[in-house]
Amino acid sequence: MGKLNNCMIKAFCNPPVHIAKRDTLVWWKAWGIRTISVLLALVVCGIITIALTGINPINLYVTMFEGAVGTPRLVWNLLQNTAILLCVSLAVTPAFKMRFWNIGAEGQILIGGLATAVCMIFLGGKIPSALLILISFVASIVAGAIWGVFPAYFKTRFNSNETLFTLMMNYIAIQLVAYFTLEWSVPKGSGTPRTLEYGQLPMLFSQKYLINILIVVLLTVIMYIYLKYSKHGYEISVVGESENTAKYIGINVKEVVLRTMLISGAICGIAGFLLVAGTDHSLKSDTSGGRGFTAIMVSWLAKFNPIFMVLTSLLIVFLEKGASKISEVYRLNSSFSDIITGIIIFFIIGAEFFVNYAIKISKKEKEANV
Amino acid sequence: MIATIIQRAVMQGTPLLFGSTGEILTEKSGHLNLGIPGIMYVGAISGVAGAFLYEHGVGANMNPFLAVLIPLLCSLLASTLMGLIYCFLTVTLRANQNVTGLALTTFGIGIGNFFGGSLIKLVDMDVPSISLSATSTIFKTQLPFADKLGWFGTIFLSHGFLVYVAIIVALISSYVLNKTRTGLHLRAVGESPETADAVGINVTKYKYLSTCIGSAIAGLGGLYYVMDYANGVWSNNGFGDRGWLSIALVIFSIWRPSVSILGSILFGFLYVIPTYIPDITVSTKKLFEMLPYIVTILVLVITSIRDKKENQPPAALGLHYFREER
Repeated sequence: MGKLNNCMIKAFCNPPVHIAKRDTLVWWKAWGIRTISVLLALVVCGIITIALTGINPINLYVTMFEGAVGTPRLVWNLLQNTAILLCVSLAVTPAFKMRFWNIGAEGQILIGGLATAVCMIFLGGKIPSALLILISFVASIVAGAIWGVFPAYFKTRFNSNETLFTLMMNYIAIQLVAYFTLEWSVPKGSGTPRTLEYGQLPMLFSQKYLINILIVVLLTVIMYIYLKYSKHGYEISVVGESENTAKYIGINVKEVVLRTMLISGAICGIAGFLLVAGTDHSLKSDTSGGRGFTAIMVSWLAKFNPIFMVLTSLLIVFLEKGASKISEVYRLNSSFSDIITGIIIFFIIGAEFFVNYAIKISKKEKEANV
Repeated sequence: MIATIIQRAVMQGTPLLFGSTGEILTEKSGHLNLGIPGIMYVGAISGVAGAFLYEHGVGANMNPFLAVLIPLLCSLLASTLMGLIYCFLTVTLRANQNVTGLALTTFGIGIGNFFGGSLIKLVDMDVPSISLSATSTIFKTQLPFADKLGWFGTIFLSHGFLVYVAIIVALISSYVLNKTRTGLHLRAVGESPETADAVGINVTKYKYLSTCIGSAIAGLGGLYYVMDYANGVWSNNGFGDRGWLSIALVIFSIWRPSVSILGSILFGFLYVIPTYIPDITVSTKKLFEMLPYIVTILVLVITSIRDKKENQPPAALGLHYFREER
């Protein structure tokens, strides 16, 4: 008994394996781990789907593929949804890089959308369409920026917890939009959102969503350059790595935080503008459809790199579209896609551990083995 | 009239109280679990599934004891599992807490709505909801004399047992956090895991236990909502944003489960008050629903301006702890 106890204490103090932080892993190894994790996730999802529904997994993934990119219309749809999600992800990225947890993107999108809708309703038909689009674009940027900078002000001034603050701001925005949706609905109070006829974004080459996609592509390039090559981008990474270092080398941390949240909110506002003026042509309280939260995962999965974000947002939207096709074909509930997305994200999140840390066999154990 | 308003406020507040008590326990260990809304959905649907299988399995001769016990255990088990997923990812694999939490919410709400939809298909009904009236009646059993003692009975005795469980759990949590050694250790882990580790507290164990117990408690909020508040009727997305409201309540009650009890009734009050205002339009009601969040932001701002140590979030909230990284 005593011996056993001794052994246990030994095993506890010198566990056979221990965890150590890795030096930066070669990029292909890191991406190899991530790819394996996605594949594993797909296998697990397949098993779960079979268990729940009894569908042949190969049929399942074929259906998924068809649902996402089966027809040109679906491809455009996929690209459009990717563009919007990418836009929101671009918005939250500078803030996250600075370790400012802006989980209020949902609210900032809605406020941007609300500003657009206000312009479209009250100026619609009174001024030329191009001018109206320009005004609503600017209005959405200003509205989003204000909604975003508000929590940042209290963070810098009083050190209020920004995660909780931005989270609460979401629901204020949602209720505000719900109020106006009801006020503007036809007939009033019915809840059917009014179609906004004036100031819609024009079609380009007879493609409805092309202009949205082009705007987001432009934003992606700008954000990449901004984060990587500008002085602001440098300041953001320093503040994110260590606030004390930033102070020491003379960066005005408060100014950086406020400026970055201004940008973050403004781009969310643009996403709201694209949704209202460029996609839905109406405003509802679920216009942003949880993208503000999904974008956080997209941005994080891409390691805050705008170019990788194109891939991760495409992956998420692909999964959503594919899974919703599955639920349509096999008459499952549409929430099936949320389960699949959740599982895959769990796996990718888990994989980061193996990218950042190595599990090593403890030295003593090794000697004993030799 | 006033008694009825208070009664309804308590009914609205109870899911929030469960959620916030669970979240407070989790946050005290330094983990901001944004998966709470998802966990509450899972707690609700697993209870519904348990009750559904039992009710349809035995037919008319239901044992009231089992009819309560089965959904209760299913709910506790499923929400604890959700807590374990969160713990494994954030504590053992040191994943980012916000990302994990949000993914857990997506996952949990997905599970809730998916199985909610599938159970309906199993019974081949055209109505868009599951109705478990028999189980719900048992869950809603009032204390004796509830309808004989006038306003006193309405306010204090007219609730299903889960309401009293919520209050008792909140009081126990409050006691454990503030008056016991376990609570002291837990708070130490949330304030400064390095220090806790240095004095020999098993940080990982505390984080796991508090998060899993917290999740189990939060899941009961979902169960109460379906079985008692909604009369055993499951409807997809019916739970709404109550999960986020309970996170708001955590801030409102400045991380104190005992304050949460009153806070939850106040939030419930803000929720039901529009229905008692004459001539109110549907749209104005939406503005009223904003109030709990505005109040929460005010509390958040005021506590950070006053900057009193005991009113702050746990210092290590949201940070992951890795011994070798110090």
